Amino acid sequence: MSAELFSLFYQFADVFAFLILSAAGLAIVFGMMGVINMAHGEFIMCGAYVTVGLVNLGVPLAVAQILAALTAGFIGILVEFLVVRRFYKRPLDSLLATWGLSLIVTQSMLLIVGSAVRGIGTPEGSFAIGGYTFSTYRLVLFGCAVAVLAGLYTIFMKTRFGVIARATMQNAAMAKALGARTGRIYAISFGIGTGLAGLCGALYAPTMTLIPTMGATFVVESFVTVVIGGANVLLGTAPAAVFLAMIRMALNASYGQIIGQIGMLVAVILIIRVLPEGLSSVLVRRGR
Amino acid sequence: MNSRRKFGMVLLGAMLATAAVSVVQAAEPPLKVGLLEDVSGDLAFMGMPKLHGSQLAVEEINKSGGILGRQIELIHLDPQGDNARYQEFGRRLLNRDKVDVLIGGITSASREALRPIVDRTSTPYFYTNQYEGGVCDASMISMGAVPEQQFSTLIPWMVEKFGKKVYVIAADYNFGQISAEWNRKIMKDLGGEVVGEEFIPLGVSQFAQTIQNIQKAKPDWLLTINVGAAQDSFFEQAAAANLNLPMGSSIKVMLGFEHKRFKPPALNNMHATANWFEEIDTPEATEFKKRWHAKFPDELYINDMGYNAYNALYMYKALVEKAKSIKLEDMRKVIATGDACIDAPEGKVCIDPKSQHTSHRMRLISVGPKHEVKVEKDYGTIQPYWLGEIGCDLTKKNDKDQYTPSHLPKKS
Repeated sequence: MSAELFSLFYQFADVFAFLILSAAGLAIVFGMMGVINMAHGEFIMCGAYVTVGLVNLGVPLAVAQILAALTAGFIGILVEFLVVRRFYKRPLDSLLATWGLSLIVTQSMLLIVGSAVRGIGTPEGSFAIGGYTFSTYRLVLFGCAVAVLAGLYTIFMKTRFGVIARATMQNAAMAKALGARTGRIYAISFGIGTGLAGLCGALYAPTMTLIPTMGATFVVESFVTVVIGGANVLLGTAPAAVFLAMIRMALNASYGQIIGQIGMLVAVILIIRVLPEGLSSVLVRRGR
Repeated sequence: MNSRRKFGMVLLGAMLATAAVSVVQAAEPPLKVGLLEDVSGDLAFMGMPKLHGSQLAVEEINKSGGILGRQIELIHLDPQGDNARYQEFGRRLLNRDKVDVLIGGITSASREALRPIVDRTSTPYFYTNQYEGGVCDASMISMGAVPEQQFSTLIPWMVEKFGKKVYVIAADYNFGQISAEWNRKIMKDLGGEVVGEEFIPLGVSQFAQTIQNIQKAKPDWLLTINVGAAQDSFFEQAAAANLNLPMGSSIKVMLGFEHKRFKPPALNNMHATANWFEEIDTPEATEFKKRWHAKFPDELYINDMGYNAYNALYMYKALVEKAKSIKLEDMRKVIATGDACIDAPEGKVCIDPKSQHTSHRMRLISVGPKHEVKVEKDYGTIQPYWLGEIGCDLTKKNDKDQYTPSHLPKKS
């Protein structure tokens, strides 16, 4: 019995971690800043490739993962400066620009690095409960997802930067009039977003096949989670991930992966129909 | 003869020779070979060796005088794993470029998307992958292995060695569904039990739930016919969770070279039946691998699709030269004699007249904990007999259909 219960928790944690880690970066870039970043998956891919490259050079996995997230963050700041900056007032054009960027990046990776890269293997460690065996690393991923949520909350709710950033996103002109350097705030926020995407890729790199188009497997889930979460990213993303993870876990367990995927997307359609502003709209209203 | 006059003669001779060559070339335009292979997108890692195999064969054939004295011009388009693009590019090659032969397609979905378009022309089409079998179509010549060569060998061996209970994870499209059907049929004949079947949408990369479903069902072994880079993540995740079950497949190792792409021991205890895998070390195979790696030094692995793609061009050459014609109907007359054979790196392979599928020397291979590949059993040459047995006979009529164990031709 306890084995079954733990198994349910483990499956929930697994889907939850996947949703949070893939959506966290997008929650900032798309949820807060309003940039429809179609290259989100490519920042994830960047994190994964940098991790594998560094591990192959002999860097310990954890260090490689942190460096990979930082790399993705720096590239994000660069991309913000060169491309995204020009599109803040034209969100639909930002979609096209970042989509173009994503196509260029995947194709260049294919040409430069090749069609497949040898994996690095998941860190050893598994444990058994009842008749089941589990991979320890999947629980590490869950821990990281919780840590990312806590970190985001602290940065945006408890620090001076967070207050200014939220003010900038809400009313850039007013924030600027009050002396906030909005250009820099935007750049740093975008960098944090892409850095988190890189972290997602870095964390999943040991468990997956590395190909240039690997980011695509994360993109649907990440957009769905952010949209369901709604306008208030810090309040919305976590409950959205809990909600979607519950549905997907239950359906996966009883009916298999196809129904799990269909069910999750149907739930998304219903939520958007009933709560067009996402889960956070309910939570914010309650809070007031 | 003074030296100036000598020079003039030589020059004249050279000019005449050049003129003669260009006259021959003008009379004999090159044969156009249309090739559709994915070299970008999710399946690029499998498609790249297919392009390379075709390029190598074209280069070799052109160097040794071409086909019926005509050079080959390879026109390759990249459909990027998109079935709509397969159709668009297929039409372009057949109708606009007017290719003399069409080769290619990776997934069975892409092949079925192309086939109706090919059927409207009189152009021969070579499909160069192993697949779920059953296509009875006079326009198509299949170069890869089919279930009677792969599953009828592998599954009984797995049952005998590991036990009667199997769990299937399969990609959710025609290849996975029909292969799973083959497994059900063969397991039933053997008195075995399919304790679970899971069909997975393409692009899914997370398998924690699948791994637990497997542990709950307690199978003796797994049949893994999952497809694509995302779904291949299953192996890494199953190894991390210490699932540790013997596995069998018709597409792993020799096709997707997972044993080269994943860190050992993720593919430990995998079994597959193959007509080609890079570890074959016969003298013919070694010679072939040497030529390949000389031209493509960065190739991670020469997979069976790439190898079959190479053979397809030599088979085309053999058919055209025996028929002394590039017309499909004349080539099919050669196939009907049962004498359409080539000496391939695996050994002699022939096209079966009834089904237009290829006989293959099949070997059962296993992967060890360090990802070393071992030949467990050599089955010798196996004919593609199933379609002929159920009543497909392309020498008599063209069904243009794909049969499965549950969809057999109507008795007439």
